[in-house]
Order: sequence, then structure tokens, then C-alpha cells
Amino acid sequence: MKKSTQRLSVLKTYKLYIGGQFPRTESGRYVAALDANGNKIANLCLASRKDCREAIVAARGALGSWSQRAANNRGQILYRIAELVESRKEAFIAELQQQGLSRSAATRETNAAIDCLIYYAGWCDKYQAIFSTVNPVASSHYNFSVCEPMGVVTLLAPASPLLGLVSVLAPCVAGGNTAVVLANEKRSLSAISLAEVLHSSDVPGGVVNILTGSYAELLPWIVEHRDVNAVVYAEKDAAQLPSLRTKATGNLKRVLHWPLDDWQQAEVQSPYRILDLQEIKTTWHPIQQIAGSGASY
Amino acid sequence: MKTTRPAVFKPSLLAGPAIDQTGVEERTARFTKRSIKAASKMQGLLMTLSMIDLTTLEGKDSVGKVEQLCYKALHLHDAFEGLPTVAAICVYPSHVRTAKKALQDSLVKVASVATAFPAGQSSIDIKLAETRFAVAEGADEIDMVISRGKFLAGEYEYVFDEIAAIKAACGAARLKVILETGELGSLDDVRKASQLAIAAGADFIKTSTGKIQPAATLPVTLVMLETIRDHYYKTGCKVGMKPAGGISTSKLALHYLVMLNETLGADWMNPHWFRFGASSLANNVLLQIAKEKEGCYQSPNYFSVD
Repeated sequence: MKKSTQRLSVLKTYKLYIGGQFPRTESGRYVAALDANGNKIANLCLASRKDCREAIVAARGALGSWSQRAANNRGQILYRIAELVESRKEAFIAELQQQGLSRSAATRETNAAIDCLIYYAGWCDKYQAIFSTVNPVASSHYNFSVCEPMGVVTLLAPASPLLGLVSVLAPCVAGGNTAVVLANEKRSLSAISLAEVLHSSDVPGGVVNILTGSYAELLPWIVEHRDVNAVVYAEKDAAQLPSLRTKATGNLKRVLHWPLDDWQQAEVQSPYRILDLQEIKTTWHPIQQIAGSGASY
Repeated sequence: MKTTRPAVFKPSLLAGPAIDQTGVEERTARFTKRSIKAASKMQGLLMTLSMIDLTTLEGKDSVGKVEQLCYKALHLHDAFEGLPTVAAICVYPSHVRTAKKALQDSLVKVASVATAFPAGQSSIDIKLAETRFAVAEGADEIDMVISRGKFLAGEYEYVFDEIAAIKAACGAARLKVILETGELGSLDDVRKASQLAIAAGADFIKTSTGKIQPAATLPVTLVMLETIRDHYYKTGCKVGMKPAGGISTSKLALHYLVMLNETLGADWMNPHWFRFGASSLANNVLLQIAKEKEGCYQSPNYFSVD
């Protein structure tokens, strides 16, 4: 009898990432992820609206401690994510190749994603100093404006499977928000692999939650959800935008459109992406107006 | 409703079937898989609200906090018409008078914990005095804890006599007996303690104080419900059930109602015979009701905390 030397392939089931855990979808639905030639490379969870709800509950629960964490510590954690992606670089590159990128494009994408994480890690404890202001007012008040995170932010990840995802995720969590990411429908594998990195890199459970599923099915539920504070839509194509904006009116959530398709450009990364996901709180603090008293010192 | 049970301890009170833990767990797992359609779900949610003993049992409870909770009991969410009130407010004896005054002539009952809650480590005289105090302040229901230490040491007669004495001190107030199942160890002990409490005169049996983990679980509650069922078959007397602690989502509450319906039937599906001891369940149910009404998921921001 001829003994087969060919090893059976071990296909992976990519699970969801909710509240620091990797549950399967509660709906029990899966789809096959295909490579460029149409061969099955993995099973993916098809998340349901209840998975979305769980993710949003987890994100809300994690918001308090994440937003109050020392800014430099958030920076350290983002840097740690970058370190771990770096150490798993080959795996990320191979996975991107499976999804149809060339070796050089996959390498570029992965390197840029790591650099992006480090870029925003650096901004964590600096953007407040740049964007907060002391305002001149005509009354006896000390008037100042400071940044506060918006809260729970839903990110609709762009088509660039790793870099695009990191480019929307990093400014969101750097600013103290917690995120529910809907991985790009066409290329979702890298998102879940990134979740596996996040899980082992000091990111508290619930700060980032990643779902794979159908946009058409899940978007209405996410955008109408009253406990989501903002939605980031990062595709150049703005066709979806009016309907998103209409659905978001229920709790007046912010809908941000970052219309990009080339995430490699240097100017894509910017502290203004952090600012986009901040609310500005202005405080009027009564003071004695010394200059007004006429004293000249 | 007069009971004619003899409040005399007999060792035969302890005899009962051995509990098959695996069987109980498999049975309770099935209650969580029933398909509940939207209309039934809405009915279940409203029923859940009407069965809640809205509870605050903290060292930091104040007059203001209790008054606030009583207001919440009467006005769960005024934006929605036709919501029931909760069944009762559950407080420490020192807050019974405040609660009674705040609830005035509404149908919401005032339940008071007593007998050195939550540990129950005190003398019978003090426990009796505390019970009489709570009743004199106006409590409609008394939630007592059993002496778990004595129970686990095998002093069943002591536990029995204690419950019977407290029952006598309650007068017209209904007595809920907290078994604190998280400290009993096995389902066999839960069954035994349930039989003991029922025989000694409990109007309700209750799982937990809420101060010990695990608190109420589906398996423990099933064993207690089956004890109530067996007692009913034997004597024709009904006893109420109150799972308490750890029931914070409406989904779980609906699982309990399914279990109640399939174990004791429709006669028990009302606040007179079934209660949820909970502090955060009410708001979770309100979120679900709002979601059913408005068609989108809700935020706790739009509901009063208490």
C-alpha cells in the first residue's frame, strides 16, 4: 500500500473578537473565505445583529477605564501592538498574499500598518496639548476647551485589509474611544488576525471588538443603535453616506466620512484623525478679573 | 391564606429524592433554547417587570436613595404607557418606614430583610426582635436568612425551629426564606433546605442574599421549584419562589419564566407566587421593551438609574 506523504491542510475558522474573547457567532452562520483563485482558505463567522449588540455592550463597558487611562499608557499599549505585529510580520504578509496581494504589496502594507501604529502611539499623550485651548473671553471667566473621547465608535473598515483597518482603528483608540470594527466584507482575514495580536498585547478586553459579516445586514442595526456615539465610514465611494446619515439621527451620532482609497500616502496619517473623534468640552470658570480692577503690575 | 402545616420538626422532612446534577443541568439548558416569538416576548418582559423585587441592600443606603428607588418602582419609565409597577421594594429594616411612606397606598409591597442579613450569625432573640421591628415598621414581607452554619453542621432541627419562630413573629407578613444556595454546596442540600423551609412555614423560598457568588442559577432554582411542586402535590399548599442575585438580563429572566411555566405551570406565573430579586434587571427589561417598540437597540443613557 502506498503511503501518502501529503499532509492534510489545517483550515482555520476565524472567530469574532468581542469583549476580549473569541466567540463564534451566536447565529451559527459561517461563510468560506476564498483566495484570488477561488479556493477556500478559511471559514469566517457571519456575524448577526446580536453579535453587534454584544460588541457594543462590551465597548461601552470598556470605555470608562480606557478613556481615563493615562495617555502615555495608551501610547505604550499602541506601541506594544506595533511590536507584536512586527514579530508576526511574516504571517501577516502570507495572509495578505492569500487574499490576492503580491509579495511586495503585502510587505509594504504590513510595514505601513506597523508604522501607522507607532505614529499614533506617539500622538497619544500629545494631541490634548495641541488641540486644547485657553480662550479669550470678555467676562470674568477663565475659559478653556479640552478634548474628550466621543465614546463608542463604529468603524467600517476600508478595503485595504490591514493598513486601512489600522489607519482608522489607531486614531480612534489613541483618543480614548472604544471601537466596534466591522471588518471589510471582501477581505476580512487580516482583521481577525489583528484581533489575535490585540488580545496578546495589553489591550483591555472590549476596547477593540472586531466582527466579520455582511454590511447590508448589519449596518442599519449599528447605525441606528442608540448606544453608539460615532460611525466612521472610510471608503471613497460616498453612495452609502446619505442613508447612514439619516439612520444616525436617532441619537444624533456623528457620521464621519474619510474618503480615501490609497492609505499608503504619507498625509493620510494625521493627528486630525484623532481630533475627528473627539468632542470639545468648554468650561467657563469664574475668576476675579485682575486686569479689570485697574491694578497695573 | 392559612396554612395548616405542623411546625414540628420530624427527621422524615429531610427525606427526598437524590438530585441528579447532570440531569438538572441538561434540563435547565433546554429552557434556554425555547423559541419565543415577539408577542410572547413582550408579554414575558411585562410580566418580568411586575415580578421584580426592586432591591437596595447596601451599607450606604440613605433615606434619599430609598425614596428614589420607591419613585422608580412606581414610575419605571413614564414615556411608555401601560407599564406595570414592580412587585415590591426590598430594603433593610431601618428603611421600611421610609419606603412605606414613599409608596403610600400603591400596590407595591415593602419587603424587609431581617435575621442578621446577610450572614445570619446572631442569636435567635436578636433575629426575632429584628423581625418584629421590621413588621412593626410596616413591612409586608420579611426576607430571612437561614443559619447555614447550623444547617451544614447537621443541626436541622435548630434551623427548622428558627424558621418556625420567625414565621410566628411575622404575623400577617409573608415570609421568604433565603437558603443562600451558594453556601450550601450541593443540589441535594438545596433540596433538603427547601423541604425544611417549606415545612417550617415559609411562604416563599428564595435562592440567595445576592452577597455571595454564585447567587441564583437555573439549576438551583429548578431544584427548588420541583420541591415546591412535590409539596403542592402532597399537601395542596402553594409556596412561592424567588430567585435573587445575578439575574440582570431580560433574556435570562425569560429563561426563568419558561422554567417556571414548565415546572409549576400558569398558577405560579404571577407576582403573588414568583419574584425576581434584582437591582439592575428592571432597566435591562426596559431597554428590551424600548427596542421592541422602537425597532432599534437602545442606550442605558435614556433610562433613570434608580
